[in-house]
Amino acid sequence: MLRVENLKKYFPVQKSALEVLLSRRRDFIRAVDGVSFEMKRGEVLSLVGESGCGKTTTGRIIVGLERPTGGKIYFKDKEITSLREEEQRKMRRYIQMVFQDPYASLNPRMKIGEHLVESLTIHGIAENEEAKEMAMSMLDRVGLPGEQFFTRMPYQLSGGQRQRVAIARAMILKPEFVVADEPVSMIDVSLRAAILDLLLSFRDEYNLSMLFITHDLSVARIVGDRIAVMYLGKIMEMGKTKEVIHEPKHPYTAALLSSVPSFVKKERKVEIIGDIANPIDIPSGCRYHPRCPFAREKCKKEEPELEGEEHSFACHFPLEGGF
Amino acid sequence: MLLEIEKLTTVFRTRRGVVRAVDNVTMSINKGEFVSIVGESGCGKSTLAHSVMRLIDPPGEISGGKITFDGVDLLSLSDEEMRKIRGSKIGMVFQNPMTSLDPLEKVGDQISETIMEHMDVTKKEAWQMAREMLEKVGLQPERVDSYPHQLSGGQRQRVMIAMAISLNPKLLIADEPTTALDVIVQEKIMDFLEDMKREGRAVMLITHDFALAAERSDRIAVMYAGWLVEMGDAETLTNDPLHPYTKGLIQSVPDVWMDKDIKPLPGFPPDLINPPEGCRFRPRCSNASEMCMKEPPEVEVDGRVVKCWLYG
Ligand SMILES: Nc1ncnc2c1ncn2[C@@H]1O[C@H](COP(=O)(O)OP(=O)(O)OP(=O)(O)O)[C@@H](O)[C@H]1O
Ligand SMILES: Nc1ncnc2c1ncn2[C@@H]1O[C@H](COP(=O)(O)OP(=O)(O)O)[C@@H](O)[C@H]1O
Ligand code: SF4
Ligand code: SF4
Ligand SMILES: [Mg+2]
Ligand SMILES: [Mg+2]
Repeated sequence: MLRVENLKKYFPVQKSALEVLLSRRRDFIRAVDGVSFEMKRGEVLSLVGESGCGKTTTGRIIVGLERPTGGKIYFKDKEITSLREEEQRKMRRYIQMVFQDPYASLNPRMKIGEHLVESLTIHGIAENEEAKEMAMSMLDRVGLPGEQFFTRMPYQLSGGQRQRVAIARAMILKPEFVVADEPVSMIDVSLRAAILDLLLSFRDEYNLSMLFITHDLSVARIVGDRIAVMYLGKIMEMGKTKEVIHEPKHPYTAALLSSVPSFVKKERKVEIIGDIANPIDIPSGCRYHPRCPFAREKCKKEEPELEGEEHSFACHFPLEGGF
Repeated sequence: MLLEIEKLTTVFRTRRGVVRAVDNVTMSINKGEFVSIVGESGCGKSTLAHSVMRLIDPPGEISGGKITFDGVDLLSLSDEEMRKIRGSKIGMVFQNPMTSLDPLEKVGDQISETIMEHMDVTKKEAWQMAREMLEKVGLQPERVDSYPHQLSGGQRQRVMIAMAISLNPKLLIADEPTTALDVIVQEKIMDFLEDMKREGRAVMLITHDFALAAERSDRIAVMYAGWLVEMGDAETLTNDPLHPYTKGLIQSVPDVWMDKDIKPLPGFPPDLINPPEGCRFRPRCSNASEMCMKEPPEVEVDGRVVKCWLYG
């Protein structure tokens, strides 16, 4: 369904003219630094990791909001990064994104229903009355009765309701692939379960694949078939959700797991040292080594590759025993 | 008892009507105790905290009740006396760190100004104390020279904490200090709050993350629609919740280590201008009966306080 190969995104660092003159070297923020994965039809992959590790950037490249610095994306066996503008637009109907901030992603001056109608019109799916009818029934479907909500304005809605509108707007195009970027992190905890249910019901109905970005592993546990753990622009570990949660191999995954609040008492705890490194100046060897309590000499020199079939990890000295 | 809140009511007189954001709430915090306040947004958690700090501005008003802190009746103090307590005896970390830091001033200046306002120290001494505070919350002391925009969200939140504890308060109130942060930074901040508790200070943590409250607190208070609906020992309350709202909240959140049946809570918290008659949770409660048309009493059930007819 979707294959990503060695995806990279480097953002040039903003510098003053004087700084540019003084150092001839150009600095880059290596936001995404060689990410590869594959997803099947109907599969949900959770992308987890700390703030700033490159999750959103990865998602934005896939939906075409950002051009990659390097690497390839295959959607249904077709390479899509090198497509011409017009072909890309056609493709985009099938690849949708739901954003983190339900406040920022809607147009404050547009009625709720118009957001959906616009989506249909832009992609040439339906117009006028037909589009309006489709919008009404989609609003019903996401739990915002069209009769009541079509003409409301975004400010009249709660955070949870806005996120339903954002989901409706993406789903009305019947996408085959959806990137959901922390769709529940900004809404009330008690409303999250309902929004997740809604997203997963579309997965079942359309058999769509979803890249689900979150930093909350307890959410990843219930939504994802698989988990990919990202650190400083690279995938550190990837595998079936429960396997990664109960038998993490990478010390970073274990540290993330150790810090998730839980009702269950933790038996094992893996530490993490200091703060996230600067993505402009990525550490040598294993990029996690300055924060890893198990780092040895080899880790500073050689970069471990992501290896393994079903359950893969990039670490010279993987952890033993489970959680 | 370090803090005693008795029958506290705080209202906002808006054009649409009177919002009873905190309604007849009674609770207390001991010296060296870690207490969490949980509940959905709009249930009155921040208003409760702001009331203790006496930071309720018109159209808001503390309209009834009593707050006693360290033997002092806070509601009878003059503004000047209250200003002295704020910061030096009770520190607070606000929900939105960016709006409470001055973007144009160095972090060190902001902390040392707070210190100098309350303590008789020189600029140099205050600056040195600011460095120590930053180190205490796990930041490099050199960060005194940074401006807020040069810091990440987690670092900014730690600066706010450094500021709140710089005068060695007996009680620290933290209003959702980690909601916007990732779990690694959250854990560091929480570890720090627990250290404060070990030093004999009290912590009041406001959060909507029940698992976080369960992990860190001695006692938990659950608020719903301005009411305190259940309060008790954190472990007992999480393992065996009594109030239907507490049960619903716990069931609605996933847990990383457990396969559990997640059930969304139906509906929303009510509009506090016009709350449902009788029990305010009634429209969302699957246990509601005829009796619930009247306001439930607060009863004590094995050391816990519950406001529900099931136990009345
Ligand atoms: N347009 C941009 N210009 C420059 N740097 C950028 C840009 N977008 C992102 N970055 C940087 O790239 C890195 C990865 O950012 P990204 O938003 O992908 O992180 P994330 O994993 O989604 O984090 P979060 O959990 O905080 O949302 C960060 O260091 C960020 O500051
Ligand atoms: N300044 C204000 N003016 C009017 N209403 C307010 C004000 N501050 C809070 N409220 C209302 O008081 C209630 C409780 O709010 P708040 O204490 O912020 O809840 P929480 O912190 O639990 O989310 C809400 O109904 C909110 O809309
Ligand atoms: S390769 Fe070495 S430094 Fe990197 S995660 Fe593994 S043990 Fe730690
Ligand atoms: S008093 Fe009645 S409606 Fe209210 S929580 Fe108890 S059972 Fe439910
Ligand atoms: Mg992001
Ligand atoms: Mg609040």
